[in-house]
This record gives sequence, structure tokens and C-alpha cells, in this order.
Amino acid sequence: MMSFDLYNDESRELLKFISEALFQDLHQGESLTVHFRGEDTTYVRWNQSKVRQNTSVLQRNLSFEYHYNGRRLSKSFTAQGVLEWDLITAREMLSEARKEAPLLPVDPFLVEFTNHGTSVSEYRGSLLSGEDLIHQIAVSAQEVDLAGLYAGGSIATGNRNSSGQNHWFANESFFMDFSLYNQQLAAKSCYSGFHWDQNKFNDSLALARRQLEVMNRPRKKLTPGNYRAYLAPSAISEIASMFAWGPLSYRAYKNGANALKKLQDKERKLSPQFSISENFHLGLTPRFNDLGELAPEKMQIIEHGELKQLLVSSRSAKEYGIAGNYASSSEAPRSLEIAAGGLSKSHVLKELGTGLYLSNLHYINWSDLQNARITGMTRYACLWVEDGEIVAPIEDMRFDVSLFDIFGDSLLAITDFQEVDPSVDTYFQRALGGRKLPGMLIKDFNFTL
Amino acid sequence: MTHFNFESSIAKFKDQADWMGLRFYREKSHDYFVRNERLESCQTNLDQGIMIEVVVNGHLGYAATSDMTSDGIKQAFLRAKSLSQQAAPFKAAEFSNAQRPPSRGKFQSPYLHRLNTLTTDEIMSVLLKASQTLKRSDSIVSRYAATEVKETQIQYISSSGAQWEQDFQLVTTQFQATAQNAKDIQTRTFGNSLQAGAEILQDPKLFEQCIMTAEEALELLEAENCPTGVMDVLIAPDQMNLQIHESIGHPLELDRILGDERNYAGWSLINQTHFGKLQFGSKLLNVVFDPHQENEFASYGFDDTGNPATYEFLIKDGLLLRGLGSLESQKRLGVPGVANARASSWNRAPIDRMANINLVPGSSSVEEMISSVQYGVLLKSNKSWSIDDYRNKFQFGCEYGQLIENGKLTRAVKNPNYRGKTLEFWNNLKAVGNPKTYETYGSPYCGKGEPSQIIRVGHGSPYCLFSHVEVFGGLS
Repeated sequence: MMSFDLYNDESRELLKFISEALFQDLHQGESLTVHFRGEDTTYVRWNQSKVRQNTSVLQRNLSFEYHYNGRRLSKSFTAQGVLEWDLITAREMLSEARKEAPLLPVDPFLVEFTNHGTSVSEYRGSLLSGEDLIHQIAVSAQEVDLAGLYAGGSIATGNRNSSGQNHWFANESFFMDFSLYNQQLAAKSCYSGFHWDQNKFNDSLALARRQLEVMNRPRKKLTPGNYRAYLAPSAISEIASMFAWGPLSYRAYKNGANALKKLQDKERKLSPQFSISENFHLGLTPRFNDLGELAPEKMQIIEHGELKQLLVSSRSAKEYGIAGNYASSSEAPRSLEIAAGGLSKSHVLKELGTGLYLSNLHYINWSDLQNARITGMTRYACLWVEDGEIVAPIEDMRFDVSLFDIFGDSLLAITDFQEVDPSVDTYFQRALGGRKLPGMLIKDFNFTL
Repeated sequence: MTHFNFESSIAKFKDQADWMGLRFYREKSHDYFVRNERLESCQTNLDQGIMIEVVVNGHLGYAATSDMTSDGIKQAFLRAKSLSQQAAPFKAAEFSNAQRPPSRGKFQSPYLHRLNTLTTDEIMSVLLKASQTLKRSDSIVSRYAATEVKETQIQYISSSGAQWEQDFQLVTTQFQATAQNAKDIQTRTFGNSLQAGAEILQDPKLFEQCIMTAEEALELLEAENCPTGVMDVLIAPDQMNLQIHESIGHPLELDRILGDERNYAGWSLINQTHFGKLQFGSKLLNVVFDPHQENEFASYGFDDTGNPATYEFLIKDGLLLRGLGSLESQKRLGVPGVANARASSWNRAPIDRMANINLVPGSSSVEEMISSVQYGVLLKSNKSWSIDDYRNKFQFGCEYGQLIENGKLTRAVKNPNYRGKTLEFWNNLKAVGNPKTYETYGSPYCGKGEPSQIIRVGHGSPYCLFSHVEVFGGLS
């Protein structure tokens, strides 16, 4: 693996070199934004505390959005990291774009490139070397059955446009996303950060082992019905992942695909305890979006149960004639936070009384989008609690609930603590981002199967 | 631009590892998306790079690079070798070149005209006309028409003599109409993913389907919610493909049974003792791994380890026979598998994936199946899917339902959902449609793996009739 400094410097230089060369090539009526994303990551996949697959991935991707007299198209390619070769490919693609653009209709909602400023954020970490990381994880986990993924290295992203904008973000980071098993029972954990600390990893292993001990008790089989339930922050995070599927998007609202349409239309309400914001103070992802626009450091979306604003990209703003708020083109939250409440950690089980402690949920999808109903499964350490005492793990159950209920009248309390759930998404490349979430006590959580 | 030579790369490094393989992957895709008769996006992507595989001390490791210079390949080889040396003492299984057969040959997707002959004009004209056709009334508030055309070339060479290449022509289309009135919003979609050439976009039936899609979205606005109860369901092929995918394909993957996926996609309700013994479904259930079906989306000649792909029965007369596992998984688990070690791109290692998993047609006509139902519902087009990490308890939602009453199709119902448990469900299969009812669907979006991969799959199925299924609708 390259050092962070070398990967970062080479990648930044690549974006600078290609973008400046292309900007110089531009003709009258043309404008361009050039993007970079890439990684130098070591992935180690574990099963039964052994290495199943180790994959080193070095990749760089350059893309550009091209505007010509009101028309718009995009091109991208895998860069080799050799400036002269990559410039040849970039110029070939620019040439293709020039041939195709006149064939396209004028885009009435085109957001013209402007200079949204300059920013540079670079975070150097301290990771284990290849030799150390495999040895140390394997030795620490030798007495347990561990399955999971270590991913660590450099990630970089940036963009420049022909109006002078220039943003760059890079970090050196890692996560070890894992679960421990005893036969078919499991407990889940994730250790992540910028500086590997073996003691902290061992602590997270030890915590998961303690959870697994509880799972050794005979499992309780539940019958379908409504249960009082405490959802830990990791379970809330699974539900919050649905907020990326349209409920906070203005475009989705206009196109009939927003599950919280009835909140916007004031037909339904959420609990006054419930607040959501987009909070870039978390530092998990850059503030600049795919157009290089800088979103506010913190923006309230739902406050005390009332919708304050949906995420509006500049393109939607133009299409629908409303004010934008520098959302990404997908209008999905990038750094979501659900506000904390007043329930302390030490009171969670007592306030739950008799019901379910749900540590994790799995595979959530809409079961009735217009009524914000979701379905999904319990997973990992989900426990039956009686009179504030943990009694037994449960057999996995399917739930079917409405966001209007669990974040509405059924929401009894929100914890006074939150946990950061870093993104462990590795499709195409290791992702940036994450969410910050509290736990929640729910009055009626409906199980169906 | 590449300056890459396979043979010299292998020759340079083959003596420095127990075995090495090199997979070059190049994919050029064009995506067009029209919304409400306006071009929303037009994107071209050229993705290419190299995956180097090495066996060191019985451990198989990988390094991927987009730097295809001589030095880039050298650095990737050294990374693969170094990390694999460190991992070898802790390896999960012992591998050798036996898991990388020295195959030679070529595979080519069927086509009349290569996809790169399609012009922007031609594609835009089809999509704009489709979007216009979907606008059957002012109540159709949103129209989508999108296509992705993709040409993928894979070349593979190894130190033990493998040398093969595959050339895929891949087309995905997606059309959608959303209807809205004061009471409700309903969406109907259609589309497919196939291996085909440019000719696929010239099918005049496409616009007939646009009309039907929009009409059904409007029909659903006025429909009642699907009733709740336990009843017969007749499932159309465009929902059967999802049912097969989630509740047969995934649980049969050997790497899930081995526990590789436990931390992400999950485990399986199947274990190695079930093969040859478990009655997975009723006697009418026959399911095959068919890598050679013409035009199906996940056809291929070799998997990404070079294992030649062959037609195999997974389930015969309801009995589970074979899993979906590569040569690596077959060695680890000691059960028969198929050629299905596949990687989503140059930057991912191959893992056990579905490809074309098809349900073999039976003998019933749709009319015969409908006439046998006293009270039930016909289900079409998936819109929601969820299943547990053992692939047991599932719940799926469809776009369109139609009641079957006293042996006849009657009125449309909206928001149909159904849930069940995998083995109970397949053992309640009571009729399988004949070959005339058979349709093939593909999807580019099957996600799995750590690091994660999205890969294409194909599923063919006739209409199928099930009894004792728990059905329900939306809120009124």
C-alpha cells in the first residue's frame, strides 16, 4: 500500500493536471466540472477468525460533467494515474462529448457551474501495516468465531470546475466490521477510526463476547403481535437508512415517491420528541456535493416532529421554482443525525420493563410506501426482557410498522446518548459518511411472522 | 489508453509465486434517463483495470489496480504476494491451481448488431417516444424511460495455461408510470435486462407495453386494497424471478452455507447435509443453473476462475440436489456445485454468485390454473422485497394484483403483499405453467460480499400457483 501522503499527492495532482488541461481546451459555450474519487485500500475478509480473502485495491476514477449551450452530459473513466495517458483518455472523452451534446435537447433545468470556493481537508491516520493487521486481528480473535471485514487505507474525492471552484477531501481511515458467533447465535460490532488502537479493538471484541454470552440462553419464541421495544442506536440506524430512499427528497415528493408526503402535506404528525438534521460537524463526509456546493454545517430537516424542509438539490430548485439547500443530486441525506432525548443508558431496561431489546435490524423495505410502512427482520442480539431484566434471546421475527407510528404516537422516549454509525458501504469503493443516532423506546412495535 | 501485455506480465512474475492469474476487465456503458419527456441524464463510463491473483503457501490472495503500466502491474503483484504471505498462516482454506482450471476458449453474447452501433439519436428517440406514450392522462404525474447499454470484455490468463475471453453485450431498460389523484398514488413499471444487440431497442411491442403500464397505473388508483387472508396466489414470471432469486438462489449459495457472508448478507437455512435429502419444494418444483440460455442476462462460458459453465439441476422433483458454489466452495464443503465464482468488476475477487437460475416449465396453462382457484389473487411485478439473513421468513410486495373468484379473474387490487417461510412456501407449489407461460427476466442489481459487489443475474419462470399463502394489502 502507498503511504497516505503519496496517494493523496498523486491523486490531487492528477485532478489538477487533467482539469486544468481540459479547461484550457474548452471552446466558446462550453463549461466543465471534473471530479475525482479513488481509494488505496486493503480489504481482508474473515470467516471463523481466519482470512478468507485479502484484496488490495488501488483505483482512481475521473469524471466530468460537460455543458454546451444549455445541454448537459457526463463522462467518466478509470484513470491509470499516469498523467499523460490519462489526459489522452480525457481528451478522447471530451471529443466524444462534443459530438454527442448537439444531439441532445436543451436542458431547461441546467444548473450552470459557478465558483463555490476552495476547500482542502486532509486527515492522515495511523493504520496497521499488512503484516501487523492480519497477525494482530487473527491473534486477538483466535478464541472466538469471528466473521467480518477489515478495510483500511486512503480515500480521496475532489472536484474542480471551469469557473475556478476547487474542493479536495482525503482521509486515511479504517473499519473492522465484524460479528461473533456461537453456533447460530451472534453479536455484532464495528471498530472504526483514523488511528488503530489495539486495546480499543480488543475492548470491542470483549464487549461483543459479553453480548454473545447472553445469547447462550435458550431462545424465546414470540407470537406475532405488538410489543414494547427498545431499539438500540444500531437498530435505529437500519431504519434511518430508509431516509436515503426518498422520504427527505423534494423531488421524490413531487414524483409520488416520498413516504413522508403526508407529513409534508400536514395529514400526519410525528412525535415532538423527534428531530432530524443534516449535520456536517460529524466530519464523516465532505460538505461539498457533486456540484461543489457547500451545504450548511447544520440544517434542521424535522424539528420536534414538524417538517422544516426537504432536501432540495439546485436542479430540483430550478425545476420546481423553490429555494434549494445544496443537497446532493440524489437528495439523500449525507450526514444524518437524529437528536438525542432524555432517557439515560442506565434507565433503558427499567423503562422498557417487559418487552424487546433490539440491537440490530435487517433488510428493511417499504411494505406500503404511501403510508410510510416498512418491513424487516430482527438480527443479532435481540433479547426478551422482563421487569427490566434480560431473560433470553429471541428467535428472529419479521416486523411491519409505519414510520408515522414508531416516530409518532408510539415513540415513548429517546436516549440521552447517541452513537456514530460509520458507513461500511464498500460497493464500487469504500464509502465516506455515516449517521449519528440515539436509541428509542417504542410503545407498539408490530411483529407479523 | 492501455499499454498492457498479458503474456509478458505472466512471464515476468510467474516464478515468484506458486501460481498466478491475471484478469483484465473493460466495460463501457452508456446510460440515458428521460423523465417527463425531458432528458434527465446522459452518462458514459469506461471502467477498466486488472486483478492479479496469486497462490502463496496454499493461500489465494488478490490485488487490483487501475494502473496498467509495467510498474503498476509489478506493484500490484508485489502487494498481492506480500499480503498473501502474511495471511497464509491464518488462511481459511488450502487452495492451489486446482481451483483455477487451465481453460481456453471464448464466449460471445448473441447479437445482430453490436451495441456500439446505437447512436445517441436512436436511443433518445426511443426513450422520448416511450415517455410520451406513458402519458396517457394528466393523472400520470411522473414518467420514466431509461436504458443502459453496456459492452464488457474479460480476458484471463494464468501461469498454469488458462487463456480465455468473454465479450458481453448487455442491455437494461426500465419504464415507469406513476398515477396520482386526490386519494392515492400508484406506480406501474416494466423493463428487462438481457444479453442482446442494438436490435433490442427496435421492438415495436415496447410502446404497447407503455400503454398497458400507464393504463394499469390509472386502474390501480381506483382499485381497492388487496384483501387480507390465507389464499391461493398465482404469481406471474415478473414476480417469480424475485421469489426464485431471494428464496432459492441465495440460500443455495455455498459461501453462505460456509459462513463467509454471515457478517453481511447472512447465512442460510440450508446446510451441507441437505443436498440429496431435503424436499425443498413440491414434486412440481424443478430448478436449474442454466448458463447457456440464449439472451438471458447472466449467461457465460466460464466463471471468473475459468471454470467452464454447464447446465445443472439444483432441485429436481422438489428434491435439493446441488448448491451454487465455486470450485473453492466445493473443495471446502465437499458438496457438488456449479461454475459460479464471479466478480462484479476488475477490482473485486470472485465469490459464489447466482447466474441464470431458472424454474423449469410444467404443463398447466394460465387458464387452467385460474379456473382451479376458488378465491385467490394474481400477483404481478415486484416492488418490495425483504427476507431474513437465513433466507427463511420473507415478505414481498407487488405493484398489481387481480382477484381470482370462482375460477375467474375479476377486479384489480392495489398494494398486494405476501409473506411466508421458504420451505413451506415452495412445498405449497401446486401448479406450474407450461412453456407458453415462461418468461425470462434479468437484473443488474444483486448485492453481496465483503467488500461488496453488485452483479447481474437472470431468472426464467412460468406462471406458478401456490396454496395457503398469507396475503395482505395497504392501509385504506
